[in-house]
Amino acid sequence: MATASAEKVNLEAKSPYEMRVHLGDDVPEVDVRSALKTGDMGFLHSYTTGSAVDGPGIRVVAWTTACMFRCQYCHNPDTWTLSNGIPVTLERAIDGVRKYAHGLKLMHGGFTLSGGEPLMQDRFAVRLLAAVKAMGVHTAMETNGFFGDKLSDEELKNIDLVILDMKAFTAEQHERVTGIKDNAEVFHFARRLAELKRPMWLRYVLVPGLTDVDEEMEQMAKFAASLGVIERVEILPFHQLGEYKWERLKLDYKLLDTKPPSGERVANAIGIFQAAGLNAC
Amino acid sequence: MSTVVLEPSPAEEKKQAGFKPGLWTKEINVRNFIQLNYEPYYGDEAFLAGPTDRTTGIWKKLTDLFVEERKKGVLDVSQIPSTIIAHDAGYIDKANEVIVGLQTEAPLKRAIMPNGGLKMVLTSLETYGYKPDPVMVETFTKYRKTHNDGVFDAYTSDVRKCRSSHVLTGLPDAYGRGRIIGDYRRVALYGVDRLAEVKKQEKASLDNKWSSDEIIRDREELSEQIRALGELKEMAAKYGFDISGPATSAREAVQWLYFGYLASVKEQNGAAMSLGRVSTFLDVFIEKDLEEGKITESEAQEIIDDFVIKLRIVRFLRTPEYDDLFSGDPTWVTESIAGMGDDGRPLVTKTSFRFLQTLYNLGPAPEPNLTIWYSPQLPEGFRRFSSKVAIDTSSIQFESDEIMRMAWGDDGAIACCVSPMAMGKQMQFFGARANLAKALLYGINGGRDEVSGKQVAPAFEPVQGDYLDFDDVVDRLDKVMDWLAATYVTAMNCIHYMHDKYAYERIEMALHDYAPLRTMAFGIAGMSVVADSLSAIKYAKVKVKRDDTGLVTGYETEGEFPLFGNNDNRVDGMAAWLVTTFMGKLRKFPTYRNALHTQSVLTITSNVVYGKATGDTPDGRKKGEPFAPGANPMHGRDSHGVHASAASVAKIPYRDAQDGISLTTTLIPSGLGRTKDDQITNLTSILDGFFGSTGYHMNINVLNRETLLDAMDHPEKYPSLTIRVSGYAVNFVRLTREQQMDVINRTFHGG
Repeated sequence: MATASAEKVNLEAKSPYEMRVHLGDDVPEVDVRSALKTGDMGFLHSYTTGSAVDGPGIRVVAWTTACMFRCQYCHNPDTWTLSNGIPVTLERAIDGVRKYAHGLKLMHGGFTLSGGEPLMQDRFAVRLLAAVKAMGVHTAMETNGFFGDKLSDEELKNIDLVILDMKAFTAEQHERVTGIKDNAEVFHFARRLAELKRPMWLRYVLVPGLTDVDEEMEQMAKFAASLGVIERVEILPFHQLGEYKWERLKLDYKLLDTKPPSGERVANAIGIFQAAGLNAC
Repeated sequence: MSTVVLEPSPAEEKKQAGFKPGLWTKEINVRNFIQLNYEPYYGDEAFLAGPTDRTTGIWKKLTDLFVEERKKGVLDVSQIPSTIIAHDAGYIDKANEVIVGLQTEAPLKRAIMPNGGLKMVLTSLETYGYKPDPVMVETFTKYRKTHNDGVFDAYTSDVRKCRSSHVLTGLPDAYGRGRIIGDYRRVALYGVDRLAEVKKQEKASLDNKWSSDEIIRDREELSEQIRALGELKEMAAKYGFDISGPATSAREAVQWLYFGYLASVKEQNGAAMSLGRVSTFLDVFIEKDLEEGKITESEAQEIIDDFVIKLRIVRFLRTPEYDDLFSGDPTWVTESIAGMGDDGRPLVTKTSFRFLQTLYNLGPAPEPNLTIWYSPQLPEGFRRFSSKVAIDTSSIQFESDEIMRMAWGDDGAIACCVSPMAMGKQMQFFGARANLAKALLYGINGGRDEVSGKQVAPAFEPVQGDYLDFDDVVDRLDKVMDWLAATYVTAMNCIHYMHDKYAYERIEMALHDYAPLRTMAFGIAGMSVVADSLSAIKYAKVKVKRDDTGLVTGYETEGEFPLFGNNDNRVDGMAAWLVTTFMGKLRKFPTYRNALHTQSVLTITSNVVYGKATGDTPDGRKKGEPFAPGANPMHGRDSHGVHASAASVAKIPYRDAQDGISLTTTLIPSGLGRTKDDQITNLTSILDGFFGSTGYHMNINVLNRETLLDAMDHPEKYPSLTIRVSGYAVNFVRLTREQQMDVINRTFHGG
C-alpha cells in the first residue's frame, strides 16, 4: 500500500541544489498511479524553511518532482522524473507545514509549492494547498501553467498567489527553451486567472543567447500588463549551480559555456517590463 | 535594608529643573527618571545627521594608529599598574575632542592590571617584546598577592585536572572576571557626591549588624566603594571637570557617564566590560538641549559619535592563549538598545537611532557591541532601521526583549554577549564553561580522557562490547555530569572568593545598590555535539574503536539519525534535556555568597578551542574539529533552512539557561530578498518570527561566502570587515585562520 511505503523513507529535506535520484523507485507502479489519482501521496524533491525569495515574506517551500518541460536552463533536472522524489503521504506533508504555521504568520510569509511542476501531481497539490490555507497560512504555487486546466475555479481559491514561470512568448521560442511547442495552455491559464482576479507574479529566467531577447520580452510584458493582476515580475538571472546535475544525470547540457547575464542586461530586461507598467525587479 | 530617602537640596532641584521629579529625586533610581522623562520615538531614520568634519578628523587619526597597532600587535604599553588615578589625562586631539578621557595618557596605549594575575601581565609583556619593570614584578610577587595566586592556593586537585584536560576551559582565574556593569548613568544623574553620600548611609546602616564574615566584608567593600568614588572625582578633575554634582547638559551627561565607565576600565581588565543601557537615558538630556536650542541635531550626533569613538578604543593587554579563546581583541563594551517598557511604551528614542548611526558615520566596527532588545512590538521604523543596519554592517546583535524583561525587568542590560542583568541591582560571577562533549566521552571511557588517556574523573568501568547502548550511555553521561558539576561549582567558588578579595571591582560596585542580586553564571559547550551523538546512538548503530590501552578513541556510525537544527523533536529534545539536566546538577551545590545559579549556552569563538581539545565523538565529528558555536546546530547539519534551525534552538528552555542562549546565523544578501527593500522587510520578518516565539538571541551576518574567502587571502582589502561570532562582533581579518575557516564553514542560509 502506497502510504505504508511512503512512511518508511526518511524525509530528509535539503537544499534544492542537492542532487536527488531514485528515492521513489521502491513504490510499486500501481501505488504511484493511485496516488496521482487521489493525491493521498506525493513525491517531493526537497523542502526548506526560511526562504525569502519564493513569494512574499519568509516561507516554507516544497519542491515536487516530475515536469513536462525540459528547459535548457533548468537548474534542477533531477526534478524532471517523478520517481526521483521522496514519497510522502499527504498527511505527513500537511503536518510538516503545520509545524511552521505560527511562525509563518508572524513573518508575513507562507507556504510555496514549487517543482518540478506541481501540477504533474495536481491532486496532491490542491489538497496540500487547501489544507495549508485552512491553517490560515498564505499559499503560493509556482507553476509553468501548462496544466492549469486541471484546477477548478473553486480549487484556485485556495491558492493565494500563483507564481507563473513564463518561458517564452512565441511558440517557436517556447519550443527552443522547453522542448514543447504549444504554449497556448499557458496563456489560457494566465487569462483565466486574470478573469478570476487571482493575484499573480511572473517569473522569467534571463539566459544570454537563449531568452535574453528583447522582442520576446516586450511581447510578454505587453501581455502580462494586459492581465491587470500581475503584482510583480521577477527577472531571474541564469546561473550555473545546476551544471553538475546535468553532468551526473548524463544529460545533454547545451548551456555549458553560458555565463550569467551582465548587470546591464538584467537591468534592460527589468526595464522592458517596467516600461509596460509592471512592477519588475 | 531600608530605602535611603533623601530630599534633593534646593540647589540640585534648580540644576535639574526641566526634568519631571519623582521617586528618582528622593532615591537612587535611574529607571524612574527615564520613565518619567523620556519620549518614545515612532518615526524612521530620516532625521539623522552624518559625521562632522571634526568627527571624521579624529577618527582618521585613530585609523592610522590602528594600522600600526595591527602590525605590532599592541601599539604601546604603560607599565604603571593601573588604577583610576594612576595615569595622567590623555587625549587623541585635545582641541577637537567633544568627549574626553583615555585609559592611559595616550590613545591605544595599554595598561597593566596585575591585581588579576601577574603571570598574564608578564606573558603579555614578553609576547609583545617589553621587558617587565622589576619594581612592579617585585611588588606583585613579594608584597602584594594577586587573584591568580589566591585561586590556585584554593583549587582542589580535581579542578586542576579538569583545567588541564580542558573539560573546564576559560575560567577567569588568571585575569579579571568582568561581566559586571556599573550603572554609569548614576554619575550623570546624581553627581558623585550624592552617590558617595548614599554609600556612606548604606555603610552606616551596617554598624548595628553583628560582625559576621559577611557583614565585615560588606563594610570593607563599601569603604572601598566610597574611596573609589573619590578617585573618580579626582580623575575627572585631571581633565578639568568637577563631577561632584549632576550633569546639566547633554554633553556633560555623556561626559559624566563616560568618566564612570572610564574609571572602571582603568581599574579592571575584565573579560567583558559592558556599558549598560545608556542611550534612552542620554536621550532625555539630548532632547532637552535640542528643545532649548542649545545644540543642533548634528551636534547631538557628534557627541554620540565622539563617545562611541572612545568606546571603540578601549584596550586590554592580553596573552596569545587568551586570543585563541576570544579572538579579535574583544572588550564587549555592550550597549543595550531599545526594548519595551513595563507600561507598554517602547524604550526607543532618537538616541537609539543615533547610536546605530555611528556605524555609518564611523564605519562598521565590533565595538561597542550594540545589542538590540528586540520585540515585534517595537515601532516599525526602528525595527526596519535595525534590519538595515544589520544588513549593511553586520555589527549588531538581537536579543529577546520579551524573555529578558519578564525575567529581569525593563531596565536590564547585557553583559558580554547574552548575559542579562538589572542595571545597578544585579551582578554576576562569570565562569566560562564546561565541555559536555568531553563529559560524554568520559562516560564512555570510565572517566579517562580520550585524548591523553589520563584518568580525570573518578574511575568506573568503561563501556563494554562493540556497540553503544543508548540507556547505558545516558547513565554514564549522567554520572560524569554529577561529578563535573560539583567540580565546576568548586572552581567557581574559589575564583570569585579570591576575586572579591584581591581584585574587587570597587568603582563598578559603587555604582550598584547595596547587596545586589548575584548570579553565578555557569556555561556549557558542545550542546549540539552531545545531542547529535545521543541521537546517533539511539537512532543509528554506533560501533566503538579502541586503542591498545582499551581507550575508545573512534566511532563508526551506521545508518541515518535525526540531527539537531532541523526542528525535529526527537533530537531537539535531547539538547533541551542536556541543558536542563546539567543545570539541575549545578543547582545542587551551594555557591559563594549564595549566588543564584544560572547557565549560558554560549561559546563566542572558543568553540574552536573546545573542539581542538576533544576527541572523536559518536555523531561523526572527528578529533580536533570545532564544535558549533553557542547553541548552534553543527556546521552544515541544519539542512532545512533558517526557520527550522532557529526553531530547534528556540526549544532550549530559558529557565534553565538564564545566562543566555546564543544562535549565530549567516545569511547571504541575495537570499534575503530581491531588492534592498525586500531584504529589510524579510530580515525584519525573520526577527519578528524568531523573537515572537521563544527565540532568545540571534546574531545576524549578512555576507557573501566569496567576500569572506577573499578577505582571508587579502586582509588588507577588508580592514573593517565585521562579522558576528556567537555573541559579539569581530574584525574578520583579526581572527586566526582556523577561526576564519570555522566561520566560513558554518551554514550559509539562503540563496
